[in-house]
Amino acid sequence: MTSVKIISKDSKDKIKTEEKVVTAKVEVKKDETNNKIVLPGDVLVESIDFLAGYGTYREGKKIYSKVLGILRKQEHAISVIPFSGLYMPKAGDFIIGEVVYIGYSNWKVDFGCPYDATLPMSGIPEFIENGADLTRYYKRGDLIFALVDSATKGMIIQLSLKDRRTRKLFGGKVIKVPSQKVPRIIGKSGTMISQIKDKTGCIINVGQNGWIWIKGDNEALATEAIQMINKMSHKSGLTDTIAKFLNKGAGKNIAEDKKNE
Amino acid sequence: MSMLKQNRQYLREKIISSREDGRSHTEYRPITIKTGVLDKAEGSARVTIGKSDVLVGVKMDIGTPFPDSPKEGILMVNSEFSAIASPDFENGPPREDSIELSRVIDRGIRESHTIDVGKLCIEEGEKVWMVFADINILNYDGNLIDAAGIATIAALMTANIPKIEKDGTINRDDESKSALPVTEIPVPVSAGLINGIIVVDMTKNEEKCADAVMTITTKKDGNFCAMQKAGPSALSEEQILNIAELSQKESKKIRSMIEKAVKANKN
Amino acid sequence: MASNVPKKYEKLIVNGKRLDGRKLDELRPTKIEVGIIPSADGSAYVEVGKTKVMAAVHGPKEMFPRHMMNEDRAVLNVRYAMLPFSTSDRIRPGPSRRSNEISKVARHALESVIFLEEYPTMGIDLTLDVIQADAGTRATAITAGAVALAHAGIPMKGLVAATAMGKIDGKLAVDLNGPEDNFGDTDMPFAMVSTNKDITLLQMDGDFTPDEFKKALSMAKKAIEPIFEEQRKALLRYHE
Repeated sequence: MTSVKIISKDSKDKIKTEEKVVTAKVEVKKDETNNKIVLPGDVLVESIDFLAGYGTYREGKKIYSKVLGILRKQEHAISVIPFSGLYMPKAGDFIIGEVVYIGYSNWKVDFGCPYDATLPMSGIPEFIENGADLTRYYKRGDLIFALVDSATKGMIIQLSLKDRRTRKLFGGKVIKVPSQKVPRIIGKSGTMISQIKDKTGCIINVGQNGWIWIKGDNEALATEAIQMINKMSHKSGLTDTIAKFLNKGAGKNIAEDKKNE
Repeated sequence: MSMLKQNRQYLREKIISSREDGRSHTEYRPITIKTGVLDKAEGSARVTIGKSDVLVGVKMDIGTPFPDSPKEGILMVNSEFSAIASPDFENGPPREDSIELSRVIDRGIRESHTIDVGKLCIEEGEKVWMVFADINILNYDGNLIDAAGIATIAALMTANIPKIEKDGTINRDDESKSALPVTEIPVPVSAGLINGIIVVDMTKNEEKCADAVMTITTKKDGNFCAMQKAGPSALSEEQILNIAELSQKESKKIRSMIEKAVKANKN
Repeated sequence: MASNVPKKYEKLIVNGKRLDGRKLDELRPTKIEVGIIPSADGSAYVEVGKTKVMAAVHGPKEMFPRHMMNEDRAVLNVRYAMLPFSTSDRIRPGPSRRSNEISKVARHALESVIFLEEYPTMGIDLTLDVIQADAGTRATAITAGAVALAHAGIPMKGLVAATAMGKIDGKLAVDLNGPEDNFGDTDMPFAMVSTNKDITLLQMDGDFTPDEFKKALSMAKKAIEPIFEEQRKALLRYHE
């Protein structure tokens, strides 16, 4: 049961305010509010009980979307996942980047942001003596899976390779997707990415910056699956769709392998 | 030179109760208008609003008319923000602000049909008078549009058309020159929005703190003939209507000052 | 050159209708497409009658020139241009005084809705190219620019749409076309924010009594709503 307030202003000199209470049975499907595409300036909710999350802003009672994207409504928080936009690094993020410049005591790393990140000599586990040739550790073109150690407002970004999850990435290839799609690609508690890894047998590292490193024989299938998620990120039941796709794809590959034998 | 961030913050907070020079929000600084200040120009005026100082010279030349108006003379308004006026200005090609200034003033004069361009035809389709109003900023302390607008109209009102000799040359020294046909006195009034407060005649510091500026040019009959909103912030309908009302009131006062200054020159 | 002199119309309103058959408060047919320039981060094409504009966003990216960099927020660079073939007389390429001014007012019309503080030190480039001009090019460009910015994923308070109000044959009219702009009395480009209805572009030349001005403002506010609707439809269509 919901009540709807209709306010009509019909003439200028005689502004009439009419209040009608209409009761109607409205079945609220979860997917109608969730997964809806919203635009900047759309009113998402008019209530002080919600927290204005990512991609939204509050003005008075109203929470508005500030980006073009998909609405995510949780119990007490509301957010919008943008379709596109620039990745802004935060301390604690894991990113994938390419070494593009070697300085006297640091490396510069391109990770798809307007400003390169710095990997200082002190940011790697090995001890390096002053004046040592840094290319012995990381050369131009090397790929790394690194932790964002700090990121200032002025876009000074420091990386670290001291975390045990970070590493240099040997071989494989990188595909780039909008960073906003990363949560979908990883899935709820990693379900999505796990099933891609399982079904394709690839090693996959997902950077928060939307750079995804894939290595393995079935790399083409994994790439296709990830691109599918990228394109269909706002559709519901995506995990199942991808599972079906992978089963079919994996089956086809096996069949082809058998044929080749 | 850029304003210290701390000072900007201070001014924005303070403006709610008072302005840095003690004026009320709707009060202009003292305005002086002097006409006939240049000998070689066909018309001229120097206007100060507070410490802002603008010099306008009107020159006339013979040129060819535009194809779509073969019987009409041509008005050109140009402005120069010389590096002399403020360390903020650089020499070189005109920048956005100076282009906007001259275009806003140009529109105010053109759209109010201030100059009877039909009377500036010498030979239809071939020769017409071209009127150049060159605005030169001598000192910048805010509100250049109003100062330049006042100076431009005052300079035009005191301008004389030079004599054309039988051989077609221009004789600028002849005593029998006739006045430029000016029929209207458009007056621009600019007001800014600082921290939600509408403020007229902003100083340089105030302009650096302003969220938006609105210039409204008004004619003798109280009608509007040109408007320009500038500055990064939006204005509400109510704010715009407030500024429109302010402009009507202030422009009347300024117009009578211009008339007085022009009269003084002719006597 | 005589052939390029536009035809003079005796009357712009006949039997209560404008020369193109529109009512006084009616916009020209408006068409919006999103994503027409794949290499840009965001793009849009807007057609309003015969006026056609393409908009592209590149960025947020490294700010250039560097001395214009702002430590606290991104800088929006807007470049409006009429392409050489957009009018019957060829337009000399490169910036002109007119295009410089319009670039500035278009920037002001759009930047107040952008959360520029989310991208400190960076630059956002917005290119507005008029490929065919039949009045209202700056308004159409602003409408296109807002869509391109939204498409690029730039965080914004709301959308911005624009149109030009005018006075033709002494009557107020919405969205002037070429002949109306040439021979009408007054032209007032106008842009508004979708959420709070604040005004981000307002220019005027011609003649308005204070009363007409008041009416023109409220008429423009109403007339602009269908443009917001078109912007919305175009953005949704692109993602469905």
